[in-house]
Amino acid sequence: MDMINILTVFILAIFIGFEIITKVPPTLHTPLMSGSNAISGIAIVGAIIATKVDGEIGTWLGLIAVIFATINCVGGFMVTDRMLKMFKRK
Amino acid sequence: MEYTNLAYVLASVLFILGIKKLSSPKTARTGNTISSIGMLIAIIATMTSFELLDFKLIAIGIIIGAIIGATFAIRIEMTQMPQMVAIFNGFGGGASALVAAAEFFSKYGTSEQTMFLTGTIILSIFIGTLTLTGSFIAFGKLQGFISGQPIVFSGQQVLNAFIVVALIGLGTYVTIGGVEEMNMFYIVILLAAILGITLTIPIGGADMPVVISLLNSYSGLAAASTGFVLMNNALIISGALVGASGLILTNIMCKGMNRSLANVIFGAVGLQIKSNSGEAKQLNIKSSSTDEAAMILDAADKVIIVPGYGLAVAQAQHAAREVAEQLESMGKKVLYAIHPVAGRMPGHMNVLLAEANVPYEQLKDLDQINPEFEDCDVAIVLGANDVVNPAARHDKSSPIYGMPILDVDKSRTVIINKRTMNPGFAGIQNELFGFDNSIMVFGDAKEMLTALHKDLKEL
Repeated sequence: MDMINILTVFILAIFIGFEIITKVPPTLHTPLMSGSNAISGIAIVGAIIATKVDGEIGTWLGLIAVIFATINCVGGFMVTDRMLKMFKRK
Repeated sequence: MEYTNLAYVLASVLFILGIKKLSSPKTARTGNTISSIGMLIAIIATMTSFELLDFKLIAIGIIIGAIIGATFAIRIEMTQMPQMVAIFNGFGGGASALVAAAEFFSKYGTSEQTMFLTGTIILSIFIGTLTLTGSFIAFGKLQGFISGQPIVFSGQQVLNAFIVVALIGLGTYVTIGGVEEMNMFYIVILLAAILGITLTIPIGGADMPVVISLLNSYSGLAAASTGFVLMNNALIISGALVGASGLILTNIMCKGMNRSLANVIFGAVGLQIKSNSGEAKQLNIKSSSTDEAAMILDAADKVIIVPGYGLAVAQAQHAAREVAEQLESMGKKVLYAIHPVAGRMPGHMNVLLAEANVPYEQLKDLDQINPEFEDCDVAIVLGANDVVNPAARHDKSSPIYGMPILDVDKSRTVIINKRTMNPGFAGIQNELFGFDNSIMVFGDAKEMLTALHKDLKEL
């Protein structure tokens, strides 16, 4: 049942994704990419959980994963903000 | 645990709202902030709800990552955005694969190691590793560390097919039979890493927008599959959103070039030497100066500027905006026509122009601008070539036949600035240059625009 539940969540999320992303105008496609890049940094949640395996190889893999995912989150959100700041009206 | 899952739901809602606000430049910045708050909530909820976490270790990781990420974000030039997104895709995919690997090592040989778990771990490592190596190759190509030319060797497709079959076979075997030997697991990682490289090296520089979009999608799917491994809704939902986003952009880029995804990935376009130059018609080109161009513009009411990547290479966006402002002060209507593949990634040209303080209301995409050329007095083409080639509309023998183009030739006059008569990416001559209503102004875009600005002021 668990499997069916998460599969449901996954499929519905894809539909929501298609709905909202098709409404993003071409002007904002680059910020959309860098912003969604930042969101894929959600792997940080998994990375944090992974570090809890004490003293095992998993801890170290988790640490590297935390670094990678943080680069994504911090860099992604910051550069997106930097770009969006430049979009001005007349 | 309950409140953690609740926090994940909240984070997912904030991500969705954040992307929704990207539907207009007015609300986009707020949207990005909302998404980042969602991320913060997800991180805090995770940190406070799992026991045995080594906070010191996590803090070190976050600090190192934050410094690297912030440095990238602050120092990157807007022309380098494609590289940055490419390498970030790689980090995202890498993080997902690492998490899955960590889970594998911790559950290996225990009763918790179910078939579903092993299967999703293999899937997540496969997608994540492929994204990591593929993205690094894409980064190298865009940054110029590796040749932007397609790198092909005989038997490449056979090798790729062999790796895919081997991965599926091995993955299935490991999933069903359980992992007898760790070596099997390492071979999966190695094969996925090689596949990421061999799939990306044959793709040429001009096709990189498609590749980055596709890898963007993969990085999302990698996060989602890691979500299946951990049974974590936050990862599944976010991964699905990013996966969908990447796919939509990939599709838009392919349509912009009138190519199928398969053709981009396996076509190695840019390598084959186009041999149809023999039948090239002699073009009757009228070359002109900037003061003549200024006089033509003086008589115009409506002007459309068509920027190509040549404009960005010449760093002439500011000069273009100054010319546009001068024209507006003379009472003319000025618009910009942005082709979907004008830049090096989706929406790239818009960012480059926004950086030069061009108001976003003036930036029009293909569907919006094409009807506008009908009553346009002057179209100024700056460093664009294939995207304004009328052959795409009628010449079935042309390699770009069927590609959606900007109908600049329908304007009363077309002023084209190019450095030389060299053909564009597709390696073909552009008949537009020989049209009766076309005027060529040769030279560097920045110098030409500066001179044009001066001539306009002196009218």
